[in-house]
Amino acid sequence: MARFVIRRLLQSCVVLLGVTLVVFLLLQLVPGDPVRVALGTRFDPQTYEALRARAGLDQPLVVQYFDYLRRALTGDLGVSFRSGRPVTAIVLERLPATLSLAVTAVLFALVIALPLGIVSAMRSGSFVDHAARVFSQFGVSVPDFWMGIMGILLFAGVLGWLPPSGYVALTEDPARWASHVALPAATVGLVTASILTRFIRSSMLEVLSEDYVRTAEAKGLRTRVVVLRHVLRNALIPVVTVVAVQLASLLGGVIVIEVLFAWPGIGRLTFDAVQARDYPVLQGAVLLVAALFLLVNLLVDILYARLDPRITVK
Amino acid sequence: MSDAVLAVSGLTVTIGTRRGPARAVAGVDWSVQAGQTLALVGESGSGKSMSVLAATGLAPRAARVTGSVRLLGSDFTALPADRRRRMRGRHVGFVFQDPMTSLNPVLSVGRQVAEAGEEHLGLTRRAARTRAIELLDLVGIPSAAQRVDAYPHQFSGGMRQRVVIAMALACEPDLLIADEPTTALDVTTQAQIVELVADLQQRLGTAVVWITHDLGVVAGIADTVAVMYAGRIVEQGPVEAVFDRPGHPYTSALLAARPEPGAGGGDLVTIAGAPPSPHDLPAGCAFWPRCPVRGDARCEHELPPLVPVAGAHHVRTFYPQRPDGEGR
Ligand SMILES: Nc1ncnc2c1ncn2[C@@H]1O[C@H](COP(=O)(O)OP(=O)(O)O)[C@@H](O)[C@H]1O
Ligand code: SF4
Ligand SMILES: [Mg+2]
Repeated sequence: MARFVIRRLLQSCVVLLGVTLVVFLLLQLVPGDPVRVALGTRFDPQTYEALRARAGLDQPLVVQYFDYLRRALTGDLGVSFRSGRPVTAIVLERLPATLSLAVTAVLFALVIALPLGIVSAMRSGSFVDHAARVFSQFGVSVPDFWMGIMGILLFAGVLGWLPPSGYVALTEDPARWASHVALPAATVGLVTASILTRFIRSSMLEVLSEDYVRTAEAKGLRTRVVVLRHVLRNALIPVVTVVAVQLASLLGGVIVIEVLFAWPGIGRLTFDAVQARDYPVLQGAVLLVAALFLLVNLLVDILYARLDPRITVK
Repeated sequence: MSDAVLAVSGLTVTIGTRRGPARAVAGVDWSVQAGQTLALVGESGSGKSMSVLAATGLAPRAARVTGSVRLLGSDFTALPADRRRRMRGRHVGFVFQDPMTSLNPVLSVGRQVAEAGEEHLGLTRRAARTRAIELLDLVGIPSAAQRVDAYPHQFSGGMRQRVVIAMALACEPDLLIADEPTTALDVTTQAQIVELVADLQQRLGTAVVWITHDLGVVAGIADTVAVMYAGRIVEQGPVEAVFDRPGHPYTSALLAARPEPGAGGGDLVTIAGAPPSPHDLPAGCAFWPRCPVRGDARCEHELPPLVPVAGAHHVRTFYPQRPDGEGR
C-alpha cells in the first residue's frame, strides 16, 4: 500500500508539473502586456518596471518558465499585481474557508443522501421513494443562489437563528464558525445531496439484484446485516467516485455561493483576480485548486483499494 | 410421510410482471426425507428454482406464493418472517448455480463462511473464523488456514463452489438445496462437486434437494425424482422406476436426449419446440404442442391429473408410456 501511495504521489507531481506549464502559459496568452493591463489607470512607470522585473517578464520565455518553476518549488508564487503581497500567502489564507465549506457541504449531503438513497432503494415505489425523487428533482433544478437567498431570508431573517453571511475561522471560534458555515454549506450540500441520493438509490438497486445478496438472504442473515454488510459495501464503491467529483468541484470554488454569503474562499479569490486582471494570483489559485484535485483523486484511489479487494495495489 | 424434512403441497407461484401475471409454479407436491436426495429435473424455465425459493421464503417480492410448506414439522408459510429467516441458514443451506456471482466480491471467503455461524449459533467472531477454516478444509480447499482470508476472485470456479458449499453447511443444516450447482462448471469439476456433496450428505445425514437438468447426475445421486414441465410435475417417483419405466412422453424424451455418460453437460433442449409461456398456460396438457404421442382431443383441452402408475411412481398424462417404451 505504501508503494502504491508513493507511486501515485509521484504521478501527481508529474501532473502538477504540467499544470505549472499551463498556468505559466496563461500569462503569455493574455493579449497585450499583462502588467500594463493589470495596472490600468493606476499605471506609473516605476511600478510598471518594478512589477515587470519582479514577474521576470523581461527574460526569454524558457528562462522565465524555469525561473517560475524554481521559485514555485520553494513556495514563491510571485506577488500580486494588485496588492504587492506574496501570492502564496494570499491563496493559502483562502484554503481554510474553502476546505471547511466544501467538506461540511459534502458531509451534510452524505447525511441526507445515504439514508434517503438506501431507504428509497429498499422500498422502491413507496412514499419515501417518491418523496426522495421530488426532493432530488427540486435540488437539481432550483438554482443554488435562489435556495441560498431563501435560506438567508428564513434562517437569518424570519427566524434569526443564523448570521446571514460572513466567515469566522474554525480555529478562532468553532461555535461561530459552525453558525456561519451552516447556511452556505446547507445550500451547496442540498444540491450535492440531490445528486447523491439518486445515485445511491440506483447503485443500491443494482446490487440488490445481485446473486450474492440472495446468497446472504439464504444464509438467514438479518435484513440489517444483508443491507449494511453485503449491499451497501458494494453499492458504495461507485458512489465514492461521485462524491469525489462533487468534493473536487466544491474545492474548485462555488463562486455564486461565496459571493452571496461573503465567504472568503478560493472561488471568490479567483473571481476577484480575474476582475482585477491580477494574473499571479489567478495562477496561484489555479495551481492550488489543481493540487487539491490531485489530492482528492489520490484519496479516492486509496479508498477504492480499501473497499474493493479486486483492485490490486501493485 | 410424517418424517419429511421439507414437504410442499399445492405450491403455486404467480409472479406479477409488466406483461401480466406469470404462473411460474402451478401446484406442485413433493417431499424429501432425512438423508435422502430428491432431484428436481426439467428444462430451463420449468419452475424448479422458483419452487424451492418460494418454499423457503426467498421468492422475489413480486411473487405471490400459495400452498402449504412444512419444514421440519412446522407450517413454514404461517411462521412470522423473522422465524422463517432464522430457519434459513440454520436448518436449510443453499448452493446456487453460478459460483462466479453467488459470492460477495468484497468480503473474504472466510467471513462469508463464518457469518451464518455468528448469526445462528451465536459464535464469536473468532470462533466462527476457526469454524470457517474447518469447513473450508472439510470441502477440500487446500491450506484452508491460509486461504480463509482470501477473496472470491482469488479462487477458481470449482473452488468457489466449494466455498459456497462450506457456507451452506456452516450450521449443519437438516436440508441442503442445491440449484444446478454444477451447471456453470467444467466436467471434471462437476464430478468432484457431485462427489463432495454425496460424501458430505453421507457424513451429516442431510436431506438434499438437487435441481438439475443433467439426468446423468440424477441416476447417480437421487433417491426420488420429480420431472417438472411448465410449472407442474409431470412425473415423479423412485429414481429406478422413473428411469427404467418412464411413464410420461416428456420423461422418455429427456432420457433419450441424455448425453452419453462423461460426454459433458449437454443441453436438455433437444426436444423440438419450446415450453409454453408462464403468462398463458394452456387449459389442457402443457406438453401437447410437442408431444409425440398426443392421444386425443382431451390432451389439448383437459389437464391430465397426476395419477399413480405403480406405488409412489406418478405420471401426469392420459396415455402413460408402457414399460417397453412404446406409447399406446
Ligand atoms: N424474478 C422473476 N420475475 C418474473 N418471472 C420470473 C422471475 N424469475 C423466474 N421467472 C419465471 O418463472 C418461471 C420459472 O423460472 P425458474 O424457476 O427460474 O425456472 P428453472 O429454475 O426451472 O429454470 C420462468 O418462466 C421464468 O421466466
Ligand atoms: S396428456 Fe396427451 S399430450 Fe400430454 S403428454 Fe400425455 S399424451 Fe402427450
Ligand atoms: Mg433455475
